Amino acid sequence: MPTVATTVSPPVPDTAPAVSGRAGARPRRSSATLAALPLLVFVTVFFGLPMVAVGIGAVTVTDRATDTTTLTAANLSRSVQGAYLDALTSSIKLSLITAALGVVLGTLLAQAVVASRLPGLRNLVVTASGVLANFGGVPLAFAFIATLGISGVMTELLHLTEAGWSLYTPAGLAVVYLYFLIPLMVLVIAPALDGLRPQWREAAANCGATGWQFWRLIGLPVLGPSLLGGFVLLFGTAFAAYATAAAMVGSVLPLVTLQIADALSGNVLIGQEGVASALALDMVIVAGLVMAIYLPLQRRSARWLR
Amino acid sequence: MTITQTKPGAGVEFRALRRTFGSTVALDGLDLTVAPGELLALLGPSGCGKTTALRMVAGFDHPDSGQVLVDGVDIVGVPANKRDAGMVFQSYSLFPNLSARDNVAFGPRIRKVDAATRRARADELLAMVGLPTQGDRFPHQLSGGQQQRVALARALALQPRVLLLDEPLSALDAQVRLTLREEISRLQKNLGITTIFVTHDQEEALSMADRVAVLRDGRLEQCATPIELYHHPATAFVAEFVGTMNRIPGRLTGSGRVEVAGQQMPVIGDVPTQTAVDVLIRPEDVRVSADVDGPARVVTVSFLGPTTRLFVELPDGIGIKADLATRQASGLGPGAAVRVELAEHPVMVSASR
Repeated sequence: MPTVATTVSPPVPDTAPAVSGRAGARPRRSSATLAALPLLVFVTVFFGLPMVAVGIGAVTVTDRATDTTTLTAANLSRSVQGAYLDALTSSIKLSLITAALGVVLGTLLAQAVVASRLPGLRNLVVTASGVLANFGGVPLAFAFIATLGISGVMTELLHLTEAGWSLYTPAGLAVVYLYFLIPLMVLVIAPALDGLRPQWREAAANCGATGWQFWRLIGLPVLGPSLLGGFVLLFGTAFAAYATAAAMVGSVLPLVTLQIADALSGNVLIGQEGVASALALDMVIVAGLVMAIYLPLQRRSARWLR
Repeated sequence: MTITQTKPGAGVEFRALRRTFGSTVALDGLDLTVAPGELLALLGPSGCGKTTALRMVAGFDHPDSGQVLVDGVDIVGVPANKRDAGMVFQSYSLFPNLSARDNVAFGPRIRKVDAATRRARADELLAMVGLPTQGDRFPHQLSGGQQQRVALARALALQPRVLLLDEPLSALDAQVRLTLREEISRLQKNLGITTIFVTHDQEEALSMADRVAVLRDGRLEQCATPIELYHHPATAFVAEFVGTMNRIPGRLTGSGRVEVAGQQMPVIGDVPTQTAVDVLIRPEDVRVSADVDGPARVVTVSFLGPTTRLFVELPDGIGIKADLATRQASGLGPGAAVRVELAEHPVMVSASR
């Protein structure tokens, strides 16, 4: 094979200004603060104040006889022991598993819809996802009980009980959760999948890459921030779900939201409001930990965006 | 800087290529040969099939019938990732999650070239395209011109035998376009890679290409050197598509002559059956001189640097463009009375519109 060794003098460097992420006039600090004021008020009233109330409730105890309030660590201590710890662990496990499954299945479904390039199908799926993502709570629980419960239509038709199926198990609850988590993921990830330009796939193929290599080296890294964001959203939704689980399993399965409800209502023991607050604080801490893991990962996966 | 291109350019041939999209015929039996090391421009209006033809060489599209031959071997069944062709896309298409260096090194990475070698190769190519210090930048931190240079370096990283350029300059501003145009030509010549360049910009095609293939409705109208294409267009479509052309009503007088603007001119090319025709004449073949008794009037004057374009209205209301050396046009302002003469070249005629 002949070798063509050619002397090429470098061209004049392109002096066109590079686009800077920080380019453009920065709004004045005072006007920026003013614009953020409604958000600050909203966050303070609907997040900050309840957090303070939960925090105070978790670390205080009120003696009803003397009506005196004292500081205590007992509520927090009890919230991470025995049945409460089991509930917390079950909730975290269920949320992690359903969020992971929701991310995978929702992404695959969204990709199938985006790749189909059928606008009608896309509109149908996105609209249905918008409805189904919000179709939680008691109606969803009863829909599943009627379909896949002990005497559900499909259970009897397909003899699912003989096959070992039970809706009132963590696996059954996971299926119900996925019913609204998958559509939620479709809504989150479809725009990101739209943003994957077909030319990137072609450029990758032109460089010799297979489809799998494209997804491993380009597609998934580009989607990384959206996938991580979707996972956190799905985890939070599953972790905080209450009505669906309450209607389906009551207190049969230990879940932290159900334990909070029991403690507040005095279902098992009266005077457990402090433990309920402590459990709520535990949930906030878990959510905070998830965010603490998510943010550096997100920053790393999106470093090319900065 | 020494850039080593170990593979010589390959010959490319389109043979009876046909491609339809529903009822739309994108390519209608295209036959075209590109010589090894040649820079061939595919030129034509939108929808003429030029990008479809290019994508078939890259493997992103497949013909309904016909062949695409590279060095005599039909590559229609070869997957895109197995073809020996580098492509530069219109919209840069750099991978956004990779730095400029990693974009250029992507192909070698896929081919499992060791990290040190591919990094050295990427830096070498980035220097060659004028971006020696931009390797660590991500695409969004580069200007459009810089991104397209990186895309060019990426396309060259695997030392392809065919380079495909799909309107690579159309998204850039005028100054950057001019600079890159020259650089692509220079690199192509130095590296000797067979290059197929799709453009709808005739100036780009004429200034860069060794030969220009003009396509229309999926068919080849003419493939020739820029000079031949400009001065000896094979069809009225080519004559009008390439460069600026006046269409002046005339009348065939028999024996291969046409009467136009009071002059008798010899006719070349196909001759329509009807007597009333349009005569195709380039602005530089229209001579305008100041004459107070002249029957024509200057309507507008456009200064183009070395030349000046006049728009002149003839007595019968027909408007024609004339390009004059700017010095000759200095005394001719709007409203000036002038005399118009056509150069005594053989002219093409076309059916009257």
